[in-house]
Amino acid sequence: MLEAVRLTKEYQSGEQRLAVLRDVSFTVPDGAFVAIVGPSGSGKTTLLGLLAGLDVPTSGTVLLDGSDLSRLSEDKRAQLRGAKVGFVFQSFQLIPTLTALENVQVPLELRGDDGAPARARDLLARVGLADRAHHFPNQLSGGEQQRVAIARAFSNAPSLLFADEPTGNLDSDTGHHIVELLETLNRESGTTIVLVTHDLALAHRAQRVIRLADGAVVSDSPGASPRATSATARD
Amino acid sequence: MPRVPLLSLAWRESRTARRRLLLYMSAISLGVAALVAIDSFASNTQKSVREQARALLGGDISLTSRQPFTARVTAALDSMRVRGVTYADVTTFGSMALVDRTGRTRLAQVRAVSRGYPFYGQIITAPANAWSRLQAGRFALVDPSLLVSLNAHVGDTLSLGNSHFTIIGTLVSVPGDVSVASAIGPRIYIPATFVAETDLLQFGSRSDRETLVKLPASLSTGQFIGRLRPVLDSASVRARTVAQTEFNLTQAIDQLRDFLSVIGLVALLLGGIGVASGVNAFVMRKIDTVAILRCLGATSRQVLAIYILQAVVMGLVGAAVGALLGIVVQLALPHVLAEFLPVDVQVSPDLTAILTGLLVGVWVALVFALRPLVALRNVSPLQTLRRESDAAALRGARIDPLRILVALLVVLSVAALGIARAERPLQGLGFAAGIGLAVALLYVAAALLSAAARHVVRPSWPFVMRQGVASLYRPGNQTRSVVLALGFGVFLMSTVYQVQHNILRTVDVKLEASRANVVFFDVQGDQGEPLDSIIRAEGWTVVQRTPMVPMRIASINGVPASRVVGDTTAGRRRREGWAVRREFRSTWRDTLAASEKVTAGRFHTGGTKPPALPAISVDVAVAHDLGLAVGDTIVWNVQSVLVPTRVTSFREVNWTRFEPNFFVVFESRALQDAPHQYVVLADVRGDANVARLQRDVVTRFPNVASLDLTLIQQTVGRVLGKVTSAVRFLAALSLALAIPVLFSAVSATRRERLREGVLLKVLGATRRQVGRIMLAEYLLLGALGSLAGVALSVGAAWALMHYVFDQPFSPAAAPAFLVALAMIAIAVSIGMLTSRDVFRETPMAALRDA
Repeated sequence: MLEAVRLTKEYQSGEQRLAVLRDVSFTVPDGAFVAIVGPSGSGKTTLLGLLAGLDVPTSGTVLLDGSDLSRLSEDKRAQLRGAKVGFVFQSFQLIPTLTALENVQVPLELRGDDGAPARARDLLARVGLADRAHHFPNQLSGGEQQRVAIARAFSNAPSLLFADEPTGNLDSDTGHHIVELLETLNRESGTTIVLVTHDLALAHRAQRVIRLADGAVVSDSPGASPRATSATARD
Repeated sequence: MPRVPLLSLAWRESRTARRRLLLYMSAISLGVAALVAIDSFASNTQKSVREQARALLGGDISLTSRQPFTARVTAALDSMRVRGVTYADVTTFGSMALVDRTGRTRLAQVRAVSRGYPFYGQIITAPANAWSRLQAGRFALVDPSLLVSLNAHVGDTLSLGNSHFTIIGTLVSVPGDVSVASAIGPRIYIPATFVAETDLLQFGSRSDRETLVKLPASLSTGQFIGRLRPVLDSASVRARTVAQTEFNLTQAIDQLRDFLSVIGLVALLLGGIGVASGVNAFVMRKIDTVAILRCLGATSRQVLAIYILQAVVMGLVGAAVGALLGIVVQLALPHVLAEFLPVDVQVSPDLTAILTGLLVGVWVALVFALRPLVALRNVSPLQTLRRESDAAALRGARIDPLRILVALLVVLSVAALGIARAERPLQGLGFAAGIGLAVALLYVAAALLSAAARHVVRPSWPFVMRQGVASLYRPGNQTRSVVLALGFGVFLMSTVYQVQHNILRTVDVKLEASRANVVFFDVQGDQGEPLDSIIRAEGWTVVQRTPMVPMRIASINGVPASRVVGDTTAGRRRREGWAVRREFRSTWRDTLAASEKVTAGRFHTGGTKPPALPAISVDVAVAHDLGLAVGDTIVWNVQSVLVPTRVTSFREVNWTRFEPNFFVVFESRALQDAPHQYVVLADVRGDANVARLQRDVVTRFPNVASLDLTLIQQTVGRVLGKVTSAVRFLAALSLALAIPVLFSAVSATRRERLREGVLLKVLGATRRQVGRIMLAEYLLLGALGSLAGVALSVGAAWALMHYVFDQPFSPAAAPAFLVALAMIAIAVSIGMLTSRDVFRETPMAALRDA
């Protein structure tokens, strides 16, 4: 379970302190598919960074399966990410010097996992890229790159997956495929997904939509996806 | 921490960066290449010096005595024969030489040599095989000058005492016999077996005895001398070893070796700087990957481990390539310098030099790479979501223990390198401190430039100028890093150049100063002027005419010479018998010669007036053997006239010059009126002319002996020429190092500028404008870095010349200026070259990328 408790993030900007997030609280139960939406500058990315432990809040806490992220050292948070968290980014963020297969292996290798190549191959097959395993990112299309990124995000069997505008750099058809892929993986492996987007159509495929404006939560409502009702019923 | 997957990850991740990383590490390659070439060259030089020293001495040890060896000495020497020691003797004595056919006579030095003499080195004769025939009968080999003065030729019979010898040839060169003292009279070599027949060595007659010792491999010089020391000492037998000879011989070469050491150090440091700025650029490119790795759960230690592994491997490859290059350079050296070198240069790669180069190279590469690499720890995973500027992404805590540790490691490594390569630890620390100071000053200069740029920019300036200057102080500016790397590179290079310029200048001066090639000895006081006119009449110049007075010590501090040896009153060290009893040939003058340096007291200026004693200056080594202190009084016996003097200074004499040098120099008034002889140096061109002058002089003054130095000078000149060419070549090689350093210094912030430039284009700047902005920036950076580096190098070169080489310094202003200009040009062109993408890239690509 992921819990945000009264999250506030401020930046020093010259003489002023700028609050990017103010008092944000919500809970994401295990297995949920949550979308965080809001216009540019509403604090979505900052919130994602805090939830994933990439950054620490000015005040408030993030609890991931009960452990307080801001109490962990940077390296402990990294290890926690390695064990439990997966990422999908708008700009794919594949390591350009590694092949598709090697990119998928990275989280496993960082943990010292021996079965990395086999598992990575399996994952690539599941995202439909078995024949592209030895291609480098710059030899893949945007959609393919994002699928590699998704395979990588699932390589360590995360309990939690963060997706930051995963379709932002893709055409709408490819974008839909990517979201479907995320949904499938969410369904099949029970991974919790937190999706950050400003694309409302996309957001409404989630079971729940949290709207941000000016750094505060303005609404928290079920999404429009067919699964949303059943998910809400299950809550 | 899991090791193996990390290793393979590190290897795979380096895939496309390998070439780039290797390029950065190539800075260390050139450093290691220079180091290996230089150290091998130095070790080869040393080896050949050792061989030459041995040839000069003729054996492993030389034992000399002013009288025949005592029975105890002979017995002690014989006892060593069972251990494989062999001996060869030469007895030198003066004798009148008579050629029966012409009836002419001449006082000559007779050297009776036993079979096998000398063990090392070769006595060259004309005809070539004459030396090997010497022992076969009553034969003699003589100096050509003897033939001239006796009007004799090869084949004539020469009478020495009661025996007759056939002249079978003339001496061309005798190794080691270059000292002025040994050439007082023409030499005659005869076989030792016939000495008795001459009846010249009666009881009480003066002769010098030298025994050359050849040791078996199983016996060291130290062991041999250790065994015989008591016996030798009691019989006043002096033992000289190769090491001592080598020491004398290498004083001149030492200076060049010191310089090579400095070059080696500089080459390594340049390599280190190159690596540091190269890796810095590399680190900038890796920010994104590191952010992703951090996102995916990599700890900062894992990140660091991945990149340190890459750096070590590439450093190793770079150093290995460098070592290979060094060997090639070293092997190629004789070919490159073919015109300057005699063909028989012995070049062999030196294993120690290669291994040292490799190890030191990897170490320097790693230590200098660490500094930028540790910054990668600071890259936050947040950079994947929101990319900041490179500088911001790498910024860490203000006080970072690891960074301090790495900085300390750099400082310690530089100090250790300095100490290892310097002659004395203090000198090494001096090197390190100087380098530290230079870096600090460059940093200050850069900070000042940054601050100045902020203040001088005026809104009225044209946009392009304003932008260019403003880029010197904007956030994330490259002023400090480029000025530091560029300035330091220029500083090291220019220092090498300045020092090289000064050293080679002194070598040239030295060769220039010793232009004389004919020496006349035994010129009596009243023959000086007429001799000068003979020389001038034949169209040659008299380079120097030095008066010389033979004398012995009568008493020291009132104690007669006969008792002074045992006198150890007042805690004085023992006075050496040989030094007290020897004949001194002294001169007078009231100024210090160029080859001398005062080590204690003050050199006399001719200012003493009676009743004060006349002042004398004593060679520091002789003063040591005589147990003298400044202020002591010595009474000299100058042909039975007693001359009291006071020691007012000690001098160190550079005996390597072809100039008469003296153990004791008197104040003029003390000796002027004493009967004296002259040593006259003349500059005569052409072998035939030398022979004619010698013959003319000897016809007029039969007592005057002469020596032709041409051959010796040619040899030494060739050696010096060889060494200077090699020095020039190696200096040029290390200068070439600056190019990769500049390249990586400038390319470090390439990405940032790419973004800026493209952004400007988006805003409507033309390529021309963007180019001009960059040109302005690079011109300013290049100018500051180069000029600061050149200015600092003048100070450093002065310090090196003053403290390390003991030589005067004169700055090479025009070349320094040229170096600065060239560096500015190189910095600008490299800057523009690395930024060419800015011109090529469309604004659209940049937007997508950002």
